[in-house]
Amino acid sequence: MVSMARQSEQLAASAHPLVELRAVDVAFGRNPVLREIDLSIPRGQTLAIIGESGCGKTVLLKTIIGLVKPTRGEVFFDGKNLFEFSEQELTRERMRFGFVFQGAALFDSMTVGQNVAFPLREHTENSDQQMQEVVLSRLAEVGLPESIVSKKPAELSGGMRKRVGLARALALSPELMLYDEPTTGLDPIMSDVINELILRTRSQHPVTAVVVTHDMHTARKVADRVIMVYPLSRLRPDEPQVIFDGPPDAIDKSGDPRVTQFVRGEAGERLMEMRKMADLRLANDS
Amino acid sequence: MATQSPTLSRSGGPLEAIADWIADLGGLVMNWFITVGDVSEFFFRTLSWIFTRLPRRDTLLPNFYQIGVLSLPVVALTGTFIGMVLAVQSHSQFRLLHLETRLGAVINMSLVRELGPVLAATMLAGRVGSAMAAELGTMRVTEQIDALSSMGANPIHYLVVPRFIACLVLIPTLTIMADFMGVVGGAFYAIYGLGIDSNHYWENSQNYVGTFDLFSGVFKSLSFGAAIALVSCYRGFNCDPGAEGVGRAATSAFVVSFVLILVLDFFLGIALDEVYLLIWPEGLRLL
Repeated sequence: MVSMARQSEQLAASAHPLVELRAVDVAFGRNPVLREIDLSIPRGQTLAIIGESGCGKTVLLKTIIGLVKPTRGEVFFDGKNLFEFSEQELTRERMRFGFVFQGAALFDSMTVGQNVAFPLREHTENSDQQMQEVVLSRLAEVGLPESIVSKKPAELSGGMRKRVGLARALALSPELMLYDEPTTGLDPIMSDVINELILRTRSQHPVTAVVVTHDMHTARKVADRVIMVYPLSRLRPDEPQVIFDGPPDAIDKSGDPRVTQFVRGEAGERLMEMRKMADLRLANDS
Repeated sequence: MATQSPTLSRSGGPLEAIADWIADLGGLVMNWFITVGDVSEFFFRTLSWIFTRLPRRDTLLPNFYQIGVLSLPVVALTGTFIGMVLAVQSHSQFRLLHLETRLGAVINMSLVRELGPVLAATMLAGRVGSAMAAELGTMRVTEQIDALSSMGANPIHYLVVPRFIACLVLIPTLTIMADFMGVVGGAFYAIYGLGIDSNHYWENSQNYVGTFDLFSGVFKSLSFGAAIALVSCYRGFNCDPGAEGVGRAATSAFVVSFVLILVLDFFLGIALDEVYLLIWPEGLRLL
C-alpha cells in the first residue's frame, strides 16, 4: 500500500514540469526587461538560454529561482507557485536549487572549504567531520585538490573560482542547477572543462539544468533544448520575446535571420545602426 | 500606452517649466515615500527574523567583536577629550559668575544626557555604519547576497540581524564607556588643570546628576544603535552597481545615520523630559 501511494506521488510529481513560467513580465522601475514569457522545463532536461548581452537572460534565470519578482505572471516550481510561499518557506524551498553565478559569488570572508560547506552548515546537522568529507568529495568532483580548502577566494584564478562555485552549488545535491554564463571570461580550455563538468554533473546526479550563455559552443555541447531571448527594446509590442525554442541541432536551420546572425556571430544590422549613429553625429557636429 | 499631454509637453514656455517643476517635485515626494516604505519593510522583516530565529553564535560573535571591541578605544579616546574640552569651555563662562565649583554638575550632566550617547553613536556610525554599508554593498554588487538567497540562507537573517543585534546590545556599553571616560577626562582637567576643589566638584556632580540622567542617555543610545544598523544595512542592500555605488552607499549611510541620530536625540529628549515630569512632578532641577 505504502509503495503504491509513493508510486502515485511520484507519478503526480513527474506529471507537471519542474519549472513553469506563465506569462511572466519583469520590469525594473519603468524599464521592462521580460514580456509574456511562457516557459516549461520538464524534469531531467538541460535547457540553454541564449541571447545577446542585456536581453534579460540572467533576469530570467533569477526569476526562475525567485531572486527577481515578476511584475506580472506566475512562476511554479514543482507545481507550487514560488511567490505564494512565505519568506521562511521560500528559503527552505531554495535548498532544492543550485546556482552557479557568473562571477562565482564566493564569500570573500570565508575560505574555499567554508564556502563549499556553507549550505551544509545552514541546512544540515552534520558533524564537522562529515561536512569536511562532503566538501572534499565535491571539490574532487570538480577536479580541485584538497590543498585548496584553506585558501581564500581572492587567491584563486577565475576558472578555479567557477569550479568552487559549482562545488558549492552541488553541496546539497540539488534537483535544479542554474548556471549563469558559466564559461564567460575563461580561456577556451577552461571553458571546455566547465562544459565537461556540467555534463558530468548531469550524469552523476539526476538534475534538471538551466544554462544561461552567449557561447554557442557551450549551448550545443551541454543542452537538450535551446531558447533564444531577444532584447525587448528591439521588438514590436506584438512580437514574442522568445524567438527560438528547439533542440540545439535545429538552431542552424532556423529561418529567423536574428537567430542565424547570433549563431554565426555576425554584427549585421547592428553595424549599420552604429554607422548611422556615427553619420548622424557627424552631421550634427558640422 | 502612456501618452503625453500635448498642452504640457509642447507649449515650450513657462507653463512647461512649471509642469516640469511640479513633475520633479512629485517624483521626489514619491521617491521619499517609497524609500520610507522600503526602510519600514526592511525593519519589520529584520524584527520578524529576530523573533522567529536568532542567528547562530558564529555569525553573531564576529559582529560583536567588530562593532563593540574594536570601537572601544576610539570611543574612550573621544569621550576623554570631550570631557576635557567641556571643562575648558565652561570654566571661562562659569568663572565670570563665580560658579566654578558647579562645573562638575554641568560637565557630567551634559556628558551623560547628551554628549556621551551622541558621541558614541556618531563614532559608531562613522566607524561601523560606513563599513557595514560598504561591505554589504560589495556583497550586493558581486552577487554574494543573491548567492546567500540561492542557498536557502535568508540575507536579512544572515547579514542584517547579527549586525542589528550587535549594534543594539553594544551601543549602551559604548555609551557608558564614553560617559565614564568623559567624566574622568573632565574631572582630571578641572581639578588638576583648572585647580577646582575636588570635593566641591564631585559633591555638585553627585547632587545634580541622577540615575534618570544616566538612564535617559543609555535609553537614547539604544534607538541610535538601531537606526545606525538599519540605515547602514539598508543602504548596503540597496547599493548601486560599481565602485561608485559602493562609495556612495558608505557615505550616505554615515550622513543619514548622523542626521537621524540628531533628530532622534531631539524628539527623545523632549519625550524623556515629559517622562521625568510624570515621575517627578515637582519639575526639572535647576542648577
